Amino acid sequence: MYRYDEYDQQIVDERVKQYRDQVQRRLSGELTEEEFLPLRLQNGLYMQIHAYMLRIAVPYGLISSKQMRMFAHIARKYDRGYGHFTTRQNIQFNWLKLEDTPDILADLASVEMHAIQTSGNCVRNITSDEFAGVAQDEVVDPRPYAEILRQWSTFHPEFAYLPRKFKIAISGGKEDRAAVYAHDIGLSVTKNAQGEIGFRVLVGGGLGRTPIIGSEICEFVPWQHILTYVESILRIYNQYGRRDNKYKARIKILVKALGIDEFKRQVEADWADLKDGPGTLTSEEVNRVATFFTDPAYEKLTDHDSQLNEFKADSRSFSNWMLRNVKAHRVPGYAIVVLSLKKPGSVPGDATAEQMEVIADLADRYSLGELRITHKQNLVLADVRQKDLIRLWQEATAQELTAPNIGLLTDIISCPGAEFCTLANARSIPLAQLIAERFEDWDFQHDIGEISLNISGCVNACGQHHIGNIGITGVEKKDHDEWYQVSLGGAEGNLSSIGKIIGPSFTFNQVPEVIDRLLQVYLRERLEAESFIDTVRRIGHAPFKEHVYTTDFAVAEEETADKHVVAPARYSVPYFSPRF
Amino acid sequence: MIIKNKTIVADDWTVLRLNEQESAENVTVAEGKVIVPLQVWLQQRDALQQRAEIGVWLASAERPEDLKGDIHKFSVIAVDFPKFSDGRGYSIAYNLRARLGYAGELRAIGDVLRDQLFYMQRVGFDAFATRPDRNIEDALKGLTDFSEVYQTSFDQKLPLFRRVQRKGNPVVDMANE
Repeated sequence: MYRYDEYDQQIVDERVKQYRDQVQRRLSGELTEEEFLPLRLQNGLYMQIHAYMLRIAVPYGLISSKQMRMFAHIARKYDRGYGHFTTRQNIQFNWLKLEDTPDILADLASVEMHAIQTSGNCVRNITSDEFAGVAQDEVVDPRPYAEILRQWSTFHPEFAYLPRKFKIAISGGKEDRAAVYAHDIGLSVTKNAQGEIGFRVLVGGGLGRTPIIGSEICEFVPWQHILTYVESILRIYNQYGRRDNKYKARIKILVKALGIDEFKRQVEADWADLKDGPGTLTSEEVNRVATFFTDPAYEKLTDHDSQLNEFKADSRSFSNWMLRNVKAHRVPGYAIVVLSLKKPGSVPGDATAEQMEVIADLADRYSLGELRITHKQNLVLADVRQKDLIRLWQEATAQELTAPNIGLLTDIISCPGAEFCTLANARSIPLAQLIAERFEDWDFQHDIGEISLNISGCVNACGQHHIGNIGITGVEKKDHDEWYQVSLGGAEGNLSSIGKIIGPSFTFNQVPEVIDRLLQVYLRERLEAESFIDTVRRIGHAPFKEHVYTTDFAVAEEETADKHVVAPARYSVPYFSPRF
Repeated sequence: MIIKNKTIVADDWTVLRLNEQESAENVTVAEGKVIVPLQVWLQQRDALQQRAEIGVWLASAERPEDLKGDIHKFSVIAVDFPKFSDGRGYSIAYNLRARLGYAGELRAIGDVLRDQLFYMQRVGFDAFATRPDRNIEDALKGLTDFSEVYQTSFDQKLPLFRRVQRKGNPVVDMANE
C-alpha cells in the first residue's frame, strides 16, 4: 500500500499544527462557533447529539494492521471502546471531546493518517473498489490513480468552499463495486481498443433528496489528462452550482439544469486551456505511485485444497461462510475473505477495540498485514492462502466476525440514525437490529440469496437507501413520531437503479413484517435461480405493493413509558433527540 | 490596514458599496482612490477611466470576463466574499490571473479571516482586507500554515510531482535496479 514520503508527512504534520491552533482559538473564544464550524467540518468533526464525532479518512478503504491498531487505541483512549465503519470506507468515532481531537490527529499522523476533508463542502475522501488489485475481473488497478487524486484534492485551494460536498469514486473492474453511478464524479479506469489506459467519466450522480444516476460526460479521458479534466468539472461547478438552496446545491442539480451536453461544453471550454499544461500527469509519477501497489510475492499454489472440501462437508457454518464470505482471487491458491461486521443483533459497521486488534492480528498472520473497508461496512482480507482459510475462520469466529451473510438479507447498510445524528427523523440502528434478528435463520437467508437492504434515518441517504433492493427511509411526520418509507427496486453496480417508494409509510415495528411480505411475493413469483432484484424487474412493483397493503398489520406497538425517551441498551445515556 | 505582499500596510482606498437608494448609473463616485462595484464601472466607464487611479470589485456571482479588455485600467481589483463559505471568489481570482492575465493588486474583501488566507494567496490574491473586528497581525499567520502543496494553482505553476524527485516504494525500486 501507499507509504508517505517526507512531503506527505510534512503536509499532514502541518495540518495537525494548524488544526490544534484552530481548536485553541475556539476554546479561548477567539473564534465563534459559527466561524469554527467550516474549519472543523473540513476536518471531519461534527457536533452530534451527545458528543463530537470525528470521521477519519481511510483513502480508498485501504489500511494496514498498524493503522487498525491505532483505531483500537483511539477507541480505548478517547472514545467508548468502539468505532463505526462507514459506507464511504471511513471510520467514525462518536464520543469525543473537542479538546482531545488535536491529539487524536497527532496520533493518526504518526501512522500516516488524517481526517482531512472527510466532511464539509469540499472534495471528500476518494472511494474505490474494495477488491482492487485482487479481483478476477479487474481491467486496470484503480489504486494508483485513487492515490494521485487523493493528493491532488488534498487542500486544493480553489475547491475548499464548494456549493456542497463533492464525492469521487473510482473503479477498475468489469463489474462496478464502487457505486460510480451514485457519485458526483464516477471514474471507471479502463483500456481502449489500442490498449491505452483512460477513464470513463460520469458526472452528477448522487443520492440524497434527489437521487440521480450519473451521466457520462466523456467516454474516454486518457490517463494523462484526468487531473485537469476533473479540475475543469470542479471549476464549472464552483462557479455555477446553486448556493441559494442547500438542497439544490449538489452538482447533479447543475448538470440537470444545464443538460449534460451544455455542461460538457462548458467543462471542455475550460479544459482546453489546461490540457497538456503542467497539471498533466506524467508516466514517471504514475509509475512511482504504482510501485506501492505491485503484487506481493505470491507463493505458487493451486486451488481446491482437499482439506477445505472435507471441512466444508463436515461444517455447515463453514461451508455457508465459504459460499458467502470468501471470494475468488485472481491468483491460484489465494482467496479474498470478507469479515462480516453484521452479525445479527450487532450494530452494522461497529467494531470494538478488541475486535480491531484481533482483526489487525489476522491481517498480519493471514493477509500480508493489510485490510480494506468496504462500502457495505464490512472488512476485507484480500490475500489469504486458501490453505489458511480453516484456521482463519476458527479464529475470526471467536470474535463473531464470520456471520455468513455477505450480500444477503442481514448484510444491512445503515446510517447511525436519530440516536446520534441531528438530521435523522428516525432511528436506523435499532431497526437494522430488529430486522436482522427476525430473519436470522441462515437457511432462510441463503434461500433468499443476493439482496440488499439499506436503511437511512432521513432523506439525506447516508445509508444509501435509494440503491438498496429494499430501501428504508425515516420520514418526518407530524407529532415527530418515527415513520419509515419503503422503496423497492434500487440497485448498485453496472445495472444501477433508484428504488421507488411502494406507498404510505410504516411504523418502526411494522417494517420487519413489510419486508417479510415483500420476500413472500419473491418466493412465490421467482423463477429458478432468479435473484430478488431480477424478479422485481421482471414482474414490476404491483404484486409487491398489493401483498404488502392488502392485510392490516397486527403488530403491537413498542411499550415504553414515554415514547419520546427510548433507551437503547447498548448506549448508557438516555436517548433524547432534539428532533423528537 | 490591510495585508499586502505578506506585510501589514496602511490602505487609502475606499470600497464603494451601494445602498438601496443608490443605482449604479446615478451614484456619485467620490474623488480619490475608490474601488467601485463592477456595475458602477460598467455604467460610468467613460468618466471613471479618466481618473488617474481607479479600482473595481466583483461580487461572487459576477463574472471576471466582464472586465475583459479593461483589465489594465485598474490599480486594484477586489473580489468580495459575502460570507466565509462562499467559495466562488477563489475561481474568480484564478480566472482573473490565469485566464485574463491580470497582474495588478488582487484584493480579497468582505468576510475575510485568517483561516482562508492560505488558499486565497494560492489562487492569486496578494492583498487581504481582513475583517476589522479581528487582529490583523494574527491573520498574517494564516499565510504560512503550510510549507508544501501538492497541486498547481496560480501561485505554483508546477504540481509537486514535477517539482521534486519523489521516492517510490523502496522495496520495488530495489528489485527493479
